[in-house]
Amino acid sequence: MFNSSLKELSAQLADRKISSVELTGEFLKRVDALNPVLNAFITVDPEASLAQARIADAMIASGRAGPLTGIPVAQKDIFCAKDWLTTCGSKMLSNFVSPYDAHVIERFNAAGAVNLGKTNMDEFAMGSSNETSFFGPVKNPWDIKAVPGGSSGGSAAAVAARMAPAATGTDTGGSIRQPAALCGISGIKPTYGLVSRYGMIAFASSLDQGGPMAKSAEDLAILLDAMAGFDGRDSTSLERQPEDYAKDLERPLAGLRIGIPAEYFAEGLSLDVERAVQAAISEYQKLGATIVEVSLPNTRLSIPVYYVLAPAEASSNLSRYDGVRYGYRSANYKDLAEMYENSRAEGFGAEVKRRIMVGTYVLSHGYYDAYYMQAQKLRRLIAADFAGSFEKCDVIMGPTSPSTAFDLGEKGDDPVQMYLSDIYTIAVNLAGLPGMSIPVGFGDNGRPVGLQIIGNYFSEAKMLNVAHQYQKATDWHSRMPNI
Amino acid sequence: MSISLSDVKRIASLSRIAVSDAEAEATRAQLSGIFSLIEEMQAVDTAGIAPMSHAQEIVLRMRSDTVTEADQHEAFQKGAPQVEAALYLVPKVIE
Repeated sequence: MFNSSLKELSAQLADRKISSVELTGEFLKRVDALNPVLNAFITVDPEASLAQARIADAMIASGRAGPLTGIPVAQKDIFCAKDWLTTCGSKMLSNFVSPYDAHVIERFNAAGAVNLGKTNMDEFAMGSSNETSFFGPVKNPWDIKAVPGGSSGGSAAAVAARMAPAATGTDTGGSIRQPAALCGISGIKPTYGLVSRYGMIAFASSLDQGGPMAKSAEDLAILLDAMAGFDGRDSTSLERQPEDYAKDLERPLAGLRIGIPAEYFAEGLSLDVERAVQAAISEYQKLGATIVEVSLPNTRLSIPVYYVLAPAEASSNLSRYDGVRYGYRSANYKDLAEMYENSRAEGFGAEVKRRIMVGTYVLSHGYYDAYYMQAQKLRRLIAADFAGSFEKCDVIMGPTSPSTAFDLGEKGDDPVQMYLSDIYTIAVNLAGLPGMSIPVGFGDNGRPVGLQIIGNYFSEAKMLNVAHQYQKATDWHSRMPNI
Repeated sequence: MSISLSDVKRIASLSRIAVSDAEAEATRAQLSGIFSLIEEMQAVDTAGIAPMSHAQEIVLRMRSDTVTEADQHEAFQKGAPQVEAALYLVPKVIE
């Protein structure tokens, strides 16, 4: 049951082989057993989950069930869920019980899905290892000495350890794809604007995008169907016809043109990751795809550009945490200015404070043109690289991360070392393109390797088709860690 | 690029984040590292390139100027650090 696909679980629910209350109870038991080791969940509320399961069972009994009705889904703790503690991995929000639902949560509720709990994450989604969480790091189920990646590390670990059939994540610079890769699961960051940001706690609003994380592309398609769609409360939500993301899953890959950027196989890529990614590309050739060389010459620049733009947007977004309307307030102050300064000094962790300060600096008088404006101009060049490549190919493939999961504490106190590990994922966010990661093998240390698939705008159905055909021919996605 | 201690204190103050002298030194070293990375951007000639602020070329939607939200101040203020008579309390700012 723990390794079953969403379709299989849904069929068992429809055939009354199991009720949602029973299914939810089994996953809650597994969470209870494994969470003390993995720390993947910040909040579990069995009563609230089981209450939703009972509603789902009633929906099933009355013939109103959809593909997600009764299925437990773990929610990243960045999504506001009414009456649930919603912390965003921060001390600042460690007492914040949300008074409302995010659009994504509303969608899952309407579909009859069960909220299995809120997953751990890097504080305010700022990190690539889950080590910046106020609630302690998540452990990688494949090797508990290793990080799960970040920032959606709790969701990735929960799905990898089969504590949840599926989970949600958000991706600002790789936060769905990189932890999916490091934990050996599948995850997709949709085109910017497809999934509403309403109720999704803001980090860098021009880059943030929610998406699903699961065991397979087939499951991702079902989840994306529920998550995507127009929402007037998000000013950047796109008004498009609803799409069936599973519609192309079974299409054969003959004639598929895969773009391979030389820049993604250059210095800095671990040999074991390269070997697994090349083997996956060979498998695609067996499935009928052809390889096209493409070039993304500004890849290297995406890191400095991102570390100007994302902190700039974050410094503005996080100014709302002032210790007045919600969240943490210091006990220690003489006047209003000190109340702000001490609340923020005590409520934010070191990485969040660094990014707020970088953002404040690049937006400050006299520096704006040199940093913020220059970064926005380079962002256009980075997007143009992709546009040029997609004239020659249908999807772009390469590694998701330059190495397999690193050890907890390995990157130490040097933030720049951590930033460099985002090299293959960041440019996709800057361009607003969809990107996904699927498992394609293991490195020398037995830790998973992810293949990144980048598509053109709104090509999610095609990307899921490309991923699904590989997963029909291989079994990496159904491997489970021994935990 | 090297950031000075007085830069750190100025940025921290603009960010409304208290930093002790000891923290300021550690922050200075880390921010200097980050800005060295960021400086790589300066080598590229971007004359004539229009800045890109957003991934999608979208026009902001207009909505009619009508009340859409019900009064939920009790629910919203439940999590506030200090509230009295539906008002948020802060230290006195006017003598």
